[in-house]
Amino acid sequence: MKRVWLWLAVLAVAAMAAPLLAPYAPDALDLANRRAAPSLAHWFGTDDLGRDAFSRALFGGRVSIAIGLLSALVAAGLGVSVGAVAGYVGGWTDTVLMRATDAVLSVPRLLLLMVAAATLQPSVPALVVLVGAVGWMETARVTRATVRSLLGAEFVLASRAVGAGHVRILWRHLLANASGAIRTAAVLAVGRAILVESALSFFGVGVQPPAASWGSMLYQAQSAMTTEPWLALFPGACIVLTVGLLTAVSDRADQGR
Amino acid sequence: MDARVGALGRLTARRAVEAVPLLLIVSGIAFGLLQLVPGGPIEVYLSNPGVRPEDLERLRRALGLDRPLWEQYVSWLAAFVRGDWGFSFSDGRPVLARIVERLPASLELLGASLVLALAAALPAGIIAAVKRRTSTDRAISALAAVGVSIPAFWLGLMLQLVFAVGLGWLPSAGRGADGDGLARLQYLVMPAAVLAFVHAAAWTRYLRASMIEVLKSPFVAAAGARGLDARTRITRHALPNALAPVATVVLLDAALMVPGAVVTESVFAWPGVGSLFTEALGRRDYTVLMAMLMVSSVAVVAFNLLADLIHAWLDPRVAS
Repeated sequence: MKRVWLWLAVLAVAAMAAPLLAPYAPDALDLANRRAAPSLAHWFGTDDLGRDAFSRALFGGRVSIAIGLLSALVAAGLGVSVGAVAGYVGGWTDTVLMRATDAVLSVPRLLLLMVAAATLQPSVPALVVLVGAVGWMETARVTRATVRSLLGAEFVLASRAVGAGHVRILWRHLLANASGAIRTAAVLAVGRAILVESALSFFGVGVQPPAASWGSMLYQAQSAMTTEPWLALFPGACIVLTVGLLTAVSDRADQGR
Repeated sequence: MDARVGALGRLTARRAVEAVPLLLIVSGIAFGLLQLVPGGPIEVYLSNPGVRPEDLERLRRALGLDRPLWEQYVSWLAAFVRGDWGFSFSDGRPVLARIVERLPASLELLGASLVLALAAALPAGIIAAVKRRTSTDRAISALAAVGVSIPAFWLGLMLQLVFAVGLGWLPSAGRGADGDGLARLQYLVMPAAVLAFVHAAAWTRYLRASMIEVLKSPFVAAAGARGLDARTRITRHALPNALAPVATVVLLDAALMVPGAVVTESVFAWPGVGSLFTEALGRRDYTVLMAMLMVSSVAVVAFNLLADLIHAWLDPRVAS
């Protein structure tokens, strides 16, 4: 577990400190060194403009990880709100909200997102909202389930008896107890958001140049696959590593509970 | 038995009614997205220098685009329900025909991946659960974790690099010529393997977790106490109970495989509905995109219902 967190921390720091760590500027052209295979000078090789793929992967990681984290935050916010209201209010509100959750779960989300991204041509912040908007359902479900199950618990009744308001009961007692499950769902959501963003960008409807994410690097690499395979290898490996570590974290958290 | 059939009938009716607002919402989103396109539905003509402004006006009237939005929506929806899905923006042929002609290739790929994925996931999930915390379990679980963390398109690219570009064993893309039996199978191998691996990984994880839960239950221990051997305990007692929830997941996933295949099909240029979708996306062919959104939503709703029915059948507690 510790090792998994350590690796995640390394990745996060590498992405955050990209300007310090990158040996070259991500968009610096070096026309004498175009399409160079990986070497000591260029760890991940160079592309058709002579840009250093390692530096670009570091900066691309920033975009991918930032979109993953922020959309998971959007998803968690939406999910917790929907779940908390549904669970706490109950009755018709609960029925409508949970039916809506089921409905969103049974929509072909990736297709809808691809069409939406193609028509709206979103900026990175808009992309964060779009990706977050399709990832909140699991969080809503676990939040609602915990809130519902604890609503009649004695410590909640006691708190109500001494005059605590709805907000305090929800926040201090109900959501506090759901926080473990919410956190696990959020970790999973980060990984899933990174995967969704990479698919959108791979189809050219996600992150647009001059910005680059791992997914959009793969989009560019696809046309030169046979001559410069390294351009396709490394960004993808970065995605698998990042999402794999996040999966491992949430798996361990599941076992712990 | 009759009561059970009745309960299943009521479940079907309830779900069918619940599906209506969902499909309305999806249709609303699909329709709304088209309105958001700069230039709207006749965007393709705007950049054509041969089309004069008065032609555009005439076209707008002819297509009914001057009518109020809700009227356009209602008539679009009514036509859609009747099977009149309009014409493709990119080649002018009926949308329905374009989708139908792509179905055989998609069904071939989905069928092959489904069989492969089940053949891998069932033994892998059971073995991992039975041999929990051994190196076998760790290997299976690690592979399954990779499978749920890998972008399908990247796995496809890497397989192409190794088996088509590097070793030259398999064709990198396409579906091959008609009536060319064995050679055609070579085209199917990589896309089916990618799609199967991604789904098998998820199913293995579900089955393993479900098996571990069931193996802990008292009736499995009781079966052991009665002297039943491990094999019977696992296959006759634990497995049927562990499979019920997994069957639901598999069915739901099978429905999502159709849209999920979009990625795999386009990486391998597999001529199914999935690559029709990405082609339409690239050409902003909105009539095709809207129809495909609607069709896949209907498919997912139908499979959802099927999954519920099967779950209710396997586990009578659900229906009541």
